[in-house]
Amino acid sequence: MQEILQYLFSGLTNGAIYAVIALGFSMLYSSTELINFAHGEFVMLGSLCMVTLAANLGFPLIPAFFLSICAVAAAGLLFERLAIRPVRHPEPIVLIIITVGASIFLRGVGMLIWGKNAHSMPPFSQHPPLDVAGARLLVQSIWILVIVAALTAALQMFYRRTLTGKAMTACAVSKKAAWIVGIPTKWMVLLAFGLSTGMGAVAGAIIAPITMSSYDMGTMLGLKGFCAAMLGGLGSLWGAILGGFLLGILEALGVGFISSGLKDATAFVLLLLVLYVRPQGIIGAGEVKRF
Amino acid sequence: MTEIGIFKTDADQSLFHSVIQISNLFRNSDFVLRIYGILKHQGLELANRWQNPKSSKKHAMLRIRNLKCFYGRIMAIKGISLSVNAGEITCLIGANGSGKSTLLSAVCGLLPDWTGEIELKGQSIKGLDPPALVRRGISLVPEGRLIFPPLSVMDNLKLGAYTRYKKKAAGAVEEDLESMMSLFPILRERFRQPAGTLSGGEQQMLAIARALMARPRLLLLDEPSMGLAPMIVEKIMEVLEVLRSGGLTIVLVEQNALAALEAADRGYVLETGAVVLQGAADELLADKDVKRAYLGKDYGDFYDAG
Repeated sequence: MQEILQYLFSGLTNGAIYAVIALGFSMLYSSTELINFAHGEFVMLGSLCMVTLAANLGFPLIPAFFLSICAVAAAGLLFERLAIRPVRHPEPIVLIIITVGASIFLRGVGMLIWGKNAHSMPPFSQHPPLDVAGARLLVQSIWILVIVAALTAALQMFYRRTLTGKAMTACAVSKKAAWIVGIPTKWMVLLAFGLSTGMGAVAGAIIAPITMSSYDMGTMLGLKGFCAAMLGGLGSLWGAILGGFLLGILEALGVGFISSGLKDATAFVLLLLVLYVRPQGIIGAGEVKRF
Repeated sequence: MTEIGIFKTDADQSLFHSVIQISNLFRNSDFVLRIYGILKHQGLELANRWQNPKSSKKHAMLRIRNLKCFYGRIMAIKGISLSVNAGEITCLIGANGSGKSTLLSAVCGLLPDWTGEIELKGQSIKGLDPPALVRRGISLVPEGRLIFPPLSVMDNLKLGAYTRYKKKAAGAVEEDLESMMSLFPILRERFRQPAGTLSGGEQQMLAIARALMARPRLLLLDEPSMGLAPMIVEKIMEVLEVLRSGGLTIVLVEQNALAALEAADRGYVLETGAVVLQGAADELLADKDVKRAYLGKDYGDFYDAG
C-alpha cells in the first residue's frame, strides 16, 4: 500500500509535467494543425534558462520563472516568423520536417550555450519531504501540481472567457471562416506558437529542481508529451491533461512493479496501442456537428 | 416584391420591432420616420412606393471593371464589369461554374489573384485581405455558412464583431446582439447552445447575423438558400428586404434564381465567367431567355405551391 502510494506520487509528478508538455502540443495542433517536434527543445530551453537565472545569476525565483518563460516564448515567436511563416507551400509534411530540423538546431544552440554538462538547481522551497501514510512526497512535487493546476485553469479561462481565446478556437475550427469575420489569422498562429512554447518553458522550469538539466533532455520529454497528447486525443485540452497523468502513473507503476528498464518503453507501447485501437485518443477532438 | 408581407399578423409585430432595432443599428432616422408612416396608414401601398428603387437616388457602392480572376493559370472570370447601387439588392445568378462565387471571393479579399478594378465607394480594394475589408465595411455570408460549431451562438455573434472590439465599441456590440436576436428570434432561444446543434436554416440565420455584427455597408451572400426548405428561403429573403430598407447594400449570389430575383432590385446573369444579361430584376423575371434557362417552364406552379 505504502509502495503504491509512493509510485503514485512519482507518477503524478511526472504526469503533471507530461500534461503541460502535451498541452503545448495540443493547443498548437488545434490552431495550426501542425505537430511541433521541436517542442521538447523549448522545454529544455526553459529548464536551462531557469537554472541559469535562478542558480547561477542569483535571480529570485519568481522573476527567474517568468523571465525564462518570456525568453522561451520569444524564441517560439521567432521560430514561427523565421522558419514556419516563410514556407511557400505549407504542406503538413514540409512543416513537420522543418520542426524536426529546428529541434536539431535548438539542441545544438543549447549545447553551445550551456555545454555538454548537466546543470541542477535547488528546489523552489527548502522543506524536508512530507510523510504521507508512510510515503515520501517531495515539496517540489506539490509546487509542480499547484503550478500545473493554475496553468490549466488560466488556459481554460483564456479559451472560455476572452475574445482572443474564442477567436483562437474559431481559427482552429476553420481558418477561412475566422478570416472572413475579420480575425487576423496570422496573428493567431503567432500567438499559438508563443503560448505553446511558453507552456513548454513552464514544464522545463518546474522540473529543473528535480532533474538534471542538459542540452539533450528535450527529445525524450517532447516524445513523452507527444505520447500523452495522442493518448488523450490531439487537439483536446482535457485530453492532454488526462493523457499526461495517465502516462505518468502507468510509467511509475511499470517501473515499480515490473522493471525500471521499462520507464521509456511504457510511453511508446501506449502510443502504439492508441494508434492501433483508438487513433482519435481517449477524449478525441469532440466535434459538435449536426447535418 | 409587390408585397413585403410583414405587419399582417400579431406574430409579425415582433418582426416589426426588429425593423426598428435594425434601423437603429444603421442610425437611419429617416427610415424610422417612414416606418411611422406605414404604421399610421396600415396600408401596404405606401410601403410599395417606399420600396420602389426608382424613387431613391442611386450611387454606386461597389464598382467592378474588367475583372479577371485566376486559379493558377485558369481564368475563372473573363472580364466582368458591373456596379452595385447603394441601398439596393443586386443578385448574381447563373449555373455552377459560372463564376458567381469566384467574384464574391475576389470582392471580399479571399482570392487575391485578380486583375482589373474593384472599387468600394470609389476606393480601390486591391491588395486588402479579408480582415481589412471587414473593417472597410464588406461582410461575407459564405457558401456553406461556415459558422463555428463548437462555440455558442452568442460567441459566434461576438466574433462577428471582432474587428469592432478594438475601437472600444463593446457597448454598441451588446446593443447589436440584442438587435440580431430581435431580427432572428430563434437565435435568442438558442443563445447559449453550441452553434453546431442548430438546424440548417438556423445556422444560415446565424451566419447572416454574424456578418451583420460587423456593421457592414455592403453585405455579400453566397447561396444563402442552399439546402433550405422554401419556407425558410422565403423568410431569409424577407429579412434581406428588411435590411435593404434599413439602408444596407446587398449582393446576393444564387442558384435559386426565382427567389433571388423576387427579392432583388437588379440582376446580372453570369455564364462561364462573363455577364450575359443584366437589368432590373422584374425585367429579368419576365425575360423569356431567363425564364427558360433558370426559372423552368412552369415556375409559376412552384411559386404558388411555395
